[in-house]
Amino acid sequence: MNNDSSGIMTPADSRFEDVLREAQQSGQFQPLVDQIPYANLIGLKFQQLGKDVLFQLPKNDDNIGNPILPAIHGGVIGGFMELAASLHLMMNMDCGTLPKMIDFSLDYLRAGRHQDTYAECQVWRQGSRVANVAINAWQNERASPIATARAHFLLTK
Amino acid sequence: MTTGLIKTRAERFLATLRHCQVLGLVVEDASEDSVTMRLPYSAQIVGNPIQGTVHGGSLTTLMDTACGTAVFSVLPGFELCPTLDLRMDYMKAATSGLDLLAVAEVTRIASSVVFTECSVYQEQDGQPGDLIAKCAATFMRIGANMTPPEFRARIEHGDEI
Repeated sequence: MNNDSSGIMTPADSRFEDVLREAQQSGQFQPLVDQIPYANLIGLKFQQLGKDVLFQLPKNDDNIGNPILPAIHGGVIGGFMELAASLHLMMNMDCGTLPKMIDFSLDYLRAGRHQDTYAECQVWRQGSRVANVAINAWQNERASPIATARAHFLLTK
Repeated sequence: MTTGLIKTRAERFLATLRHCQVLGLVVEDASEDSVTMRLPYSAQIVGNPIQGTVHGGSLTTLMDTACGTAVFSVLPGFELCPTLDLRMDYMKAATSGLDLLAVAEVTRIASSVVFTECSVYQEQDGQPGDLIAKCAATFMRIGANMTPPEFRARIEHGDEI
């Protein structure tokens, strides 16, 4: 990634698309995730289990948004789930670049405590232009999700 | 409540949210009618390294916080209201390097739920420019008695927790 002295990234960094192509060929996506600053900011990790992908957001003081409980900021939970959905699509389909999010609908079910959080995605429908992805996030047990969401992405070949 | 007091309350509320400090969120304006919040552009929130555009997740935090702060600022009794849901539409990728401004409004305060709306613009020449995203968010009212006294004191008097 190119950074000039002002910290603003210079556009047209085509290396990302090369990294994506290499990841899709090798099945190794860590170098791709390393290229996304926001993933690094919140601390997203993942584990590929065959075709399934388990996303993890390790406990991180900088992600707190409720000092009383304390709890993770709802926006971070949303950002983690949005990122998980787009990575899941790149890991499971042949796309040449980042899918663009059209919309995102997020329901909070429980407070996201200051501890590790997990997410998994399901692609309900992938058309030629749009994909519909469901995302569930949980902490202690998968059967008690802290949030559930649905995203639409615009796919560009 | 005076507009100055509402803004002070909004700023003190925002100061308690660690992740918002990491993103550098700033209350630009706060009144009975709306809250305007700034997300400064920074390399750490980039989600698309090809274009240098910010990740939708930082916009989610901006919109959730702007709506939540609007709710907290207008409700009497220092009520903390958790987010029930957020629905966001991403109209346009933000231009690399530009700050984003969220304008949040409370549309209805009911007995158990508060409804809000928010629009995010990219700043151009000091003014809100292109519409980047829109959001509708609802918040649960869990009651003013759920707000710890020390948190209330921090908002009322600016005391440290």
